[in-house]
Amino acid sequence: MPMRDYSLVGPEAEKAVQKGLTTGEWYRTDIPRKQMKELMQRSDGPAIRDTILWFALFILFGAGGFYFWGTWWCVPFFLCYGVLYGSSSDSRWHECGHGTAFKTRWMNDVIYHIASFMIMREPVIWRWSHTRHHTDSIIVGRDPEIVATRPPNLFQIFLYFFGITTAPKALQKMAIHAMGRMTGEEKTFVPESEWTKVYVIARIHLAIHALPFALALYFGSWLPLMYFGVLPLMYGAWLGVYFGLTQHAGLAEDVLDHRLNSRTVYMNPVFRFVYWNMNYHIEHHIFPMVSYHALPKLHAIMLPDLPRPYPSTIAAHRDIVGAMLRQQKDPTWTIQPELPDTAKPYQPHLQATIAPMPAE
Amino acid sequence: MSNNWIEACPADEIEEEDVIRFDHGGRTFAIYRSADDEYFATDGLCTHEQVHLADGLVMDDIIECPKHNGRFNYKTGEAKSAPVCVNLQTYPVKLEGGKVFVQLD
Repeated sequence: MPMRDYSLVGPEAEKAVQKGLTTGEWYRTDIPRKQMKELMQRSDGPAIRDTILWFALFILFGAGGFYFWGTWWCVPFFLCYGVLYGSSSDSRWHECGHGTAFKTRWMNDVIYHIASFMIMREPVIWRWSHTRHHTDSIIVGRDPEIVATRPPNLFQIFLYFFGITTAPKALQKMAIHAMGRMTGEEKTFVPESEWTKVYVIARIHLAIHALPFALALYFGSWLPLMYFGVLPLMYGAWLGVYFGLTQHAGLAEDVLDHRLNSRTVYMNPVFRFVYWNMNYHIEHHIFPMVSYHALPKLHAIMLPDLPRPYPSTIAAHRDIVGAMLRQQKDPTWTIQPELPDTAKPYQPHLQATIAPMPAE
Repeated sequence: MSNNWIEACPADEIEEEDVIRFDHGGRTFAIYRSADDEYFATDGLCTHEQVHLADGLVMDDIIECPKHNGRFNYKTGEAKSAPVCVNLQTYPVKLEGGKVFVQLD
């Protein structure tokens, strides 16, 4: 069976509009306004605490890597540094992009720009891309952030773990923007009023990306390349990809109910620090106004209306790998998580062949 | 100026620093009560993606859209941050007999 066309300028984009997927009402769990207001309240405290810890860990692991450079002892330090740089930057980019991490706007903006550079996501392009992802989550032809296509390209997904395709592709896009051009797909979700900003920031990012190479040449050492730019993203992206795949992979496309296309997975506190609670992904998609630090509380409220959360990332990946292998033969097959009796039924959807979630 | 004052809701129906939805004549509006007990009215749908602002969060002079976190100054209608780029229409509001009236065009 041929792969669907995931581009935003192909026939699927038009089909999504014709099917009413771009104008439909998304399912929302009923939560009283008073309770919702409490959940949406902003606070600087948790994100300031987490950000101080974040920078402290960068210094700790970075200093350890520097001290032990030239010995095998530097490996665990750079392994942790890489995860901070190439994986935890994903959640900081995400949460600050929504503007929900801090109450103070400029704090969100500063961390958003730092994290965007780390994860090589141009801040203006990806702000708009993520906006579209929330408007048309996993709608083929509309959502620019679908990672696992059908059938999934397993080799490409494997390469994501090491940024082997993502980093060069990001540099290529930056070069295109630095030359004052936008791609056809980008023009579908970034308003023209923002393009100049895209070009300027791309030039700045490219210049900063050149800096570690210049420093490496100047000092005659690989060490500067380990700390910022392309390399730490590549050696540190793996955990972010491992987490990121749990968000939507193997689940339904072209539905208007986030309980069918998103996944909530329980994680340990260390993972949740790295991921800033994005493991509560159904909750986040239904209520993107709720800050990361309030998501566990939102989860507890929504639990009766949610499919059974996955008990661990391993359990989630067991299902994802199973689904991806099955989708190699039948790309229409998808996981349909079972709802508890307390939940409202799934919003009627357009998927023809949704199979029940395999028993544990 | 039009004299088309429409009764929207009892004043105490809106909590301080909050917003409610008001539908009239096939249109939808958002009525706000600020932290210093003033009332304001705007169009009810976000200018970005037609989402009801009454489900959003009021913070100081800002209403934040519940879908994409776009922000408007609800007192002036000014679009403050992406993804909203188009200002929000505002409407005059008055209080009479404990009720909120909105002047529609």
